[in-house]
Amino acid sequence: MKKRVLLVEDEPNIIEAITFLLSREGWHVDTQTDGATAVKRVRELQPDLLMLDHMLPGKSGLDILIELRSDDQFLALPILMLTARGQMRDRAEAEAAGVSRFMTKPFSNTEVLAAVRDLTRN
Amino acid sequence: MREGLTGTRIRERRAMTGLKQAELASRIGISASYLNLIEHNRRRIGGKLLLNIASALGVDASALTEGAEAALIAKLREAASAAKLPKVDVNTADEFAGRFPGWAEVLAAGYRRIGALERTVETLSDRLAHDPSLAASVHELLSTAAAIRSTASILADDKKITTEWRDRFHVNLDQDSRRLAQSSKALVNYLENQSGDQGGYTIGSPQEEVDAFFSEHYYTFEEIEGGTITAEELVDQSEGLVSGSARHIARGILQQLALDAEAVSSHKLQDQIQSVGMDPIRLAKHFAVSVSTILRRLGSLKSLNAGLVVCDRTGSLLFRKPTKGFTIPRFDAPCALLPLFDGLSSVGQISRNKIAVAGRSEMEFEVFAVAEPVSVLLYNNAPLVQATMLVVPLKSNELSDLSKPIEIGATCRVCPREYCPARREPSILSSGF
Repeated sequence: MKKRVLLVEDEPNIIEAITFLLSREGWHVDTQTDGATAVKRVRELQPDLLMLDHMLPGKSGLDILIELRSDDQFLALPILMLTARGQMRDRAEAEAAGVSRFMTKPFSNTEVLAAVRDLTRN
Repeated sequence: MREGLTGTRIRERRAMTGLKQAELASRIGISASYLNLIEHNRRRIGGKLLLNIASALGVDASALTEGAEAALIAKLREAASAAKLPKVDVNTADEFAGRFPGWAEVLAAGYRRIGALERTVETLSDRLAHDPSLAASVHELLSTAAAIRSTASILADDKKITTEWRDRFHVNLDQDSRRLAQSSKALVNYLENQSGDQGGYTIGSPQEEVDAFFSEHYYTFEEIEGGTITAEELVDQSEGLVSGSARHIARGILQQLALDAEAVSSHKLQDQIQSVGMDPIRLAKHFAVSVSTILRRLGSLKSLNAGLVVCDRTGSLLFRKPTKGFTIPRFDAPCALLPLFDGLSSVGQISRNKIAVAGRSEMEFEVFAVAEPVSVLLYNNAPLVQATMLVVPLKSNELSDLSKPIEIGATCRVCPREYCPARREPSILSSGF
């Protein structure tokens, strides 16, 4: 069965590019454009990997991360944050909240794929 | 610090100019032995003699004085400590300054500049974190760049990509490159205006761009009301709306205007006012539209010259049209006593009040306000609400059945009302308190 990734991102053309990249790698890609219902969606889909933007409408990626990590069920879920907010403080906050990997935009496809492979290696 | 560094400096400067001790002493009218004592810091020096020596050496007296040296040496010590030099080296700062004054100045100036640049970086970093407009602009720029980079990389690397995907990605690249051009322009515009070079009224945030756009059009859009141009077309043609956010905001307001005008045309509204008067409830009933629609339509009537303010349920202002004697501050939060905010706690209730703006003029206004849901109604889900307030100037000889006006201010910082339960911060008005 295909591994499942949930991509929470509000930028349609990034969604399209990442969907293409990961589908080509054999992933099933679900997408979500607003932050407000992202946690609910994670609970429903139980993805193998969550890719999360930081600045999202409704709820920030950081708040989503904090909420998920406060639930034992999602303590081990690999969460890759892709964000335009690359300041030290943003990275430190995300790391303190339990992000698995923090990458800044604009990212390279090779780096993203390497991170995905690395985070989901069994 | 060692005493008498001025002497050391004099010696160094003299050596640099190639003057012998006796020559300099002769020029300034003292004995060579006395100059020797000065140069070895065994005599204090100041006043006219110092000025004469400085003049003979072709430097400012301040360059030889201890005050200047003290500041210089302190700066050198600071630089040495910051560079984590051993204490023994830190303590030789005065000797270094005495022997190599020029180099010492260069080093100290460099250290000062680093400090100034670090402070600038801190300020910009703080601004990036706390200035929502700047953060949003940078975010938009980087997101678009990310989309372009990722898409271009797929097109370059994947030789087996299907025609369908390739075409899609080409379209995406085209869209993103346009967006990138637009958001870069908006960011430059924002930063240039923030630098304050242009003086006068400078446009910074998207909301300010929108305010300027509506002000240029006198808040009147007959072509949109008449259906000869769409909101999208007008926004696309506008040179003043530069940022994506400003265009988004303006487009939304103009689309609402088009819908409102379709439901209630200006001339029909004016006819109906003639027949039933300026009564928003009766007008709403007659046209079978919401009261907020009527308030917006009345706000767009040139003849009424009314102000209009719209906010969301957080109290954030979405639209503001000023009228003579009544303005809403651009940056500060408005007066909490505005009837606009009353409706947020009692959705659907239509208020009608008389207000007077404290400290502005003797003008009074008749104000209608209502808050209405703007989102789809769902069970157990508080709807999104928008409050709308129409501000109609009352002529001085105009009688109103409303008795005492509610006194409001523009914003706390410039409001002269000393005892106000809604005051958030002191007023800066000197005539106040």
